[in-house]
Amino acid sequence: MPELQYSFTEKKDTRSGFGDALLTLGQTNPEVVALCADLTGSLKMTGFAQAYPDRFFQVGIAEANMMGIAAGMTIGGKIPFTGTFANFSTGRVYDQIRQSIAYSHKNVKICASHAGLTLGEDGATHQILEDIGMMRMLPHMVVINPCDYHQTKNATLAIADYEGPVYLRFGRPKMPVFTDPDQPFEIGKAITFISGTDVSILATGHLLWYAIEAQAELADQGISAEVINLHTIKPLDQAAILASAQKTGCVVTAEEHQIFGGLGSAVTEVLGQHLPLPVEMVGVRDRFGESGTPDELLKKYGCSTQDIIQACQKAIERKKAFHQTNSTLV
Amino acid sequence: MQNNNQQLANIASQVRRDIVRMVHQAGNGHPGGALGCTELLVLLYFDMMQHQKEFTMNGDNEDLFFLSNGHISAVWYSVLARCGYFPVKELATHRKINSRLQGHPTTHEKLPGVRIASGSLGQGLSVAIGAALTKKLNADNRWVYVLMGDGEQQEGQIWEAATFATHHQVDNLIAFIDLNQQQIDGGTEQVMANRDLKAKYEAFGWEVAICDGNNLEALKATIQQTQQDQGNGKPKMILMQTVMGQGVDFMMTGHHWHGKAPNAKQTEEALAQLKETLGDF
Repeated sequence: MPELQYSFTEKKDTRSGFGDALLTLGQTNPEVVALCADLTGSLKMTGFAQAYPDRFFQVGIAEANMMGIAAGMTIGGKIPFTGTFANFSTGRVYDQIRQSIAYSHKNVKICASHAGLTLGEDGATHQILEDIGMMRMLPHMVVINPCDYHQTKNATLAIADYEGPVYLRFGRPKMPVFTDPDQPFEIGKAITFISGTDVSILATGHLLWYAIEAQAELADQGISAEVINLHTIKPLDQAAILASAQKTGCVVTAEEHQIFGGLGSAVTEVLGQHLPLPVEMVGVRDRFGESGTPDELLKKYGCSTQDIIQACQKAIERKKAFHQTNSTLV
Repeated sequence: MQNNNQQLANIASQVRRDIVRMVHQAGNGHPGGALGCTELLVLLYFDMMQHQKEFTMNGDNEDLFFLSNGHISAVWYSVLARCGYFPVKELATHRKINSRLQGHPTTHEKLPGVRIASGSLGQGLSVAIGAALTKKLNADNRWVYVLMGDGEQQEGQIWEAATFATHHQVDNLIAFIDLNQQQIDGGTEQVMANRDLKAKYEAFGWEVAICDGNNLEALKATIQQTQQDQGNGKPKMILMQTVMGQGVDFMMTGHHWHGKAPNAKQTEEALAQLKETLGDF
């Protein structure tokens, strides 16, 4: 039985969690500097830019240069936070990140908004669905995708205290605010939101809320789903994944990303090596997105609450078949 | 550390021997650009830069040097070793397995003297601008130097950085371009014409000087002249006219020795033209 019933009373955008935390960091950490490529308002960096104009650098529409400058600013002890859309924070500047930041192990925080389908109407050019994959392939890059306003805020504060490159992914739309504002963010530490016994839902980013909705509907059907928040995709909390999978016997992953290379891939890499069990992946299946509202897009591209419910049902069916096959073999 | 011209010329001769021997022993590498930039690196590290032998990544209150065209690593490694950052005998490990002296420079193996990886071209100017901004924030009035290739000017990121440096008045930065007019596939004007780099940088708002990059006296005078304009709000560029392969006659033949190692006989022939002044590694 779940320990807590999650609900929300307000909706806020995760990018505002980033912007509010950045402003706090301006006061608490004099080494923090911020750079933005002509999207200060969109990234919610205006507060920092106005309060700390000497530590804010407008780079213009020149993201490659922004990554290089951020890398250089660490030499002398600054902690640069770069801000632009997720597409321009990764795919556009992959080589700059790879050489000047990741390989050079620079203390740069790559802060990426408008990630995934829920960017909405701007369409596929801006809806990057490959960024988690690209970033987690880079050796020692930390990859974080928080689920709501509070978690994004706390993650932003936490990465300032971590020494090394970080990719922080968040989004545009207003989403339910449901996490504990006072829960400190621990990089790499999964959070069990709801305990269950029949299936483990491992979700990241905006889809955590949909996983919680799915859990409630599944409970009405007599299915006990465990909901775990993998806010950190790298380093991945292997122990938490294995413990939950061991208990429930089947897994569903949920993310606003291609199923190739993202959270689903990361989880199956762990389970394939240590605990082969039925896994169903909720995510985008080898397609580009399109214009539409966030809800329309999540439905059309297979990332809605109903998709998570169906994936859980299928995973449980496969688990039963899996056990029957195994008992036949015995 | 300060040295007179004869001392600097002697060091340069030894550095050129190191370059030829390192690239020969590795069996591959980029001797041409390294030989052409020897005067600049020797002059900076043995005469003009204020820097500590105890290497720190932050380099507070030191002049900083960044090599953007990382493929000419051999000259930088030789100069770093010769001025005491690491043992000279380590030059023998260049480009070999388990070495700190990677084909292209990196911080990954923690080689003292290197503050950023380079090799994928076009990134060093941005990095140097970042380091220069941090020096300003830290009220550290030392210089940041960066060396780029002229072929490298074909990378788009360079021009993003050139625009930024003027807009944000990064005037504690001196950039150098190795204007040897050669790149791997041929002459720069044949492969992809840079046209007038002086006019281009001036149009971007930089202060630009041109000098003979293989003449220690001329190069030093140009750098000193440029340094007098610290605080004028402008980023600074020195276009160094150099010869690829300078110091080894058969390598001073266009682009052919950009990325080729001399064989044993060629190495012997090259070393006969370069006086051993500090003892080979």
